[in-house]
Amino acid sequence: MQTPAAVDYVRATSVANAIALLNEHGEDARLLAGGHSLLPMMKLRLARPDILIDINDLDELRGIRVEGDELVLGAMVTHAEVLSSPILAEHYAIFREAEKVIADPIVRNKGTVGGSMCQADPSEDLSAVGAALKGSVVIQNATGTRTVPLREFHEGPYETKVADGEILTEVRFPIRPRAGSAYEKVERRVGDWPVCSAGAYVVVSGGVVTDVGIGLTAVGAEHFCAPEAEAFLIGKAPSEENLAAAAQLAADSCSPNADQRGPADYKQHLAMELTLRALRRAAASSQGA
Amino acid sequence: MEITITINGEQVTRDVEPRTLLVHFIREDAGLRGTHWGCDTSNCGTCTIWVDEKPVKSCTMLAAQADGHSVTTVEGLEKGGVLDPIQQGFIECHGLQCGFCTAGMMLTGRALLDENPHPSDDEIREAISGQICRCTGYKNIVKAIQWAADNPATSEVTA
Repeated sequence: MQTPAAVDYVRATSVANAIALLNEHGEDARLLAGGHSLLPMMKLRLARPDILIDINDLDELRGIRVEGDELVLGAMVTHAEVLSSPILAEHYAIFREAEKVIADPIVRNKGTVGGSMCQADPSEDLSAVGAALKGSVVIQNATGTRTVPLREFHEGPYETKVADGEILTEVRFPIRPRAGSAYEKVERRVGDWPVCSAGAYVVVSGGVVTDVGIGLTAVGAEHFCAPEAEAFLIGKAPSEENLAAAAQLAADSCSPNADQRGPADYKQHLAMELTLRALRRAAASSQGA
Repeated sequence: MEITITINGEQVTRDVEPRTLLVHFIREDAGLRGTHWGCDTSNCGTCTIWVDEKPVKSCTMLAAQADGHSVTTVEGLEKGGVLDPIQQGFIECHGLQCGFCTAGMMLTGRALLDENPHPSDDEIREAISGQICRCTGYKNIVKAIQWAADNPATSEVTA
């Protein structure tokens, strides 16, 4: 039987209250969002907080909206809400394509966007989506808020820029008219972590790629992105040859580890092939195919 | 800490440790053993119940999180001595052998039909993809949920 160690539990009544509680209890406190990463870690004693601060009552952290030229997702938006959001689907197919292969429908009812970002698992699919779309996060503490680009958000596996006494409140993505996007994942079974995933958006204008973002997860891509591959594509025609060359650059920039999901060379191959497939479909979609 | 959870319409108030998992609260504190406790890692889905009408794996939620919320378990599907069509469907189509996954499967099936009264087989398979059955090969579970779709509660259902 797996049960967490003894822990206290309190419900935050506002973001400000959650921050005050975090400051009061210091590093022994953890925020409880969907709980689908934290509770399993607590069962295994990989996490052992003294107090859980439940932020599920905070409606100010919910909702998906357009603000100016950005899509804004509250930290407590669930995976299920991302999957079914007409606003997100209107701007980027990548959200729906990625969410469909994140965990399973029941887990998606509880797991949250902010929780996934802060868990910062090196195989997190949403981190690849966030890096591909060049999104940012808003982090709040007792003195104010700051915005951090997702490509600078991760300090390492399971470590982010969110410090003690801070809470991630929003994830934001630039809206790009005429961008096509796509997500590709290989997993061993439904709902599993990826062996490798790749996502991309592409804007094709006047026959050439004018804007592109590539995200990869589970294959050791630094900050889940592939900037050299992106730079290569800018100004070039989205031909099969160019997309394949970019996908190879992306794969070359990865350093996957061999583990129970496969050997390193297999994962590197997947990084190339899945990036190519994502780029191909994103480019076609941008051109109205 | 004292918590109150409305389970199948009835308020259950107990003094629990904050670390108590919802699945254990349902089984041990509320005494409702229809909810099964399986892998403990949110993989197998046998502990699936509804919290505020949405399927949730109760091994990965604290009872404290459900304080003030409503929970539905398999015991809450039957109404006035009449089985829910989803339960009848599992009987009609032999949707189980050992029965370990069945409670969770029926709750997910009912939730799916409440949102989508006429799902395709693929949509059913997607809906139950977070739950594991080692007996049926899923075929009869899909049939059972389709049976319930074809025989909604307004039609004559024999208990």
